Amino acid sequence: MNAMFAIAAGIAVLATVMMITRPSAVHALLYLTVSLLAVAMVFFVLGAPFAAALEVIIYAGAIMVLFVFVVMMLNIGGEAEALENDWLKPAAWIGPSALALLLALELGTLAASGSLARPAAAVIGPQAVGIALTGPYMLAVEIASFLLLAAVVAAFHLGRAVMRGV
Amino acid sequence: MTAIPLDQGLGLAAALFALGLAGVLVRRNLLFMLMSLEVMLNAAGVAFVVAGARWAAADGQIMFILVLTFAASEVSVGLALILLMHRRNSTLDADASYHLRG
Repeated sequence: MNAMFAIAAGIAVLATVMMITRPSAVHALLYLTVSLLAVAMVFFVLGAPFAAALEVIIYAGAIMVLFVFVVMMLNIGGEAEALENDWLKPAAWIGPSALALLLALELGTLAASGSLARPAAAVIGPQAVGIALTGPYMLAVEIASFLLLAAVVAAFHLGRAVMRGV
Repeated sequence: MTAIPLDQGLGLAAALFALGLAGVLVRRNLLFMLMSLEVMLNAAGVAFVVAGARWAAADGQIMFILVLTFAASEVSVGLALILLMHRRNSTLDADASYHLRG
């Protein structure tokens, strides 16, 4: 299990290094997604499956979609099509794909060895997290909902300014 | 399943945080700076989950969920600001708008 942690951690660090050195935003986004998936794998190995699922759903899913939408909106123009052609070359996606394949192999190895079906004693599942979240941490949940509401209002206000063309 | 040593997990968190900080300091493109901020927040979440796993408590994952909430709201506001700035300056260079006077 220690080797699994080392592999996932290595992939996370490598993908992050590649992310901050890419000149193109889309390539960096691909590497960032792989890095977040690797961190989700680290969480799973550490016995935190709920955090791993949230990492995949919210970080690698929702937040990355937001980034992709903004990159799409910023790239409206004549040269965008040539850029798209450039991005479809293998050199653009072979690196992130290889790292993601390594992660998938690691997950497959874990599943084949039965570690996915028989969690260790140290696993803290969604139930324990949910009980603590609605018990002693109720106030923190309320504060988080305030924060999300404030973010919605701010994003709406700023988005209206963008639409007005200020 | 043997437990992961605490120092290895915290080492990973420190490495990710340092990489994110380096990204914020080195890159001048606002989109890359926001992505590096995400990496730094994610590293903080890794530290929380590692500590929670060390003491077999759910608190680490709860703090991770709060960090996640913060990251989601931060990125939505940040991306809206980036769109606005691109509309005004037609560049994503952070040095182009350091006056902050509209």
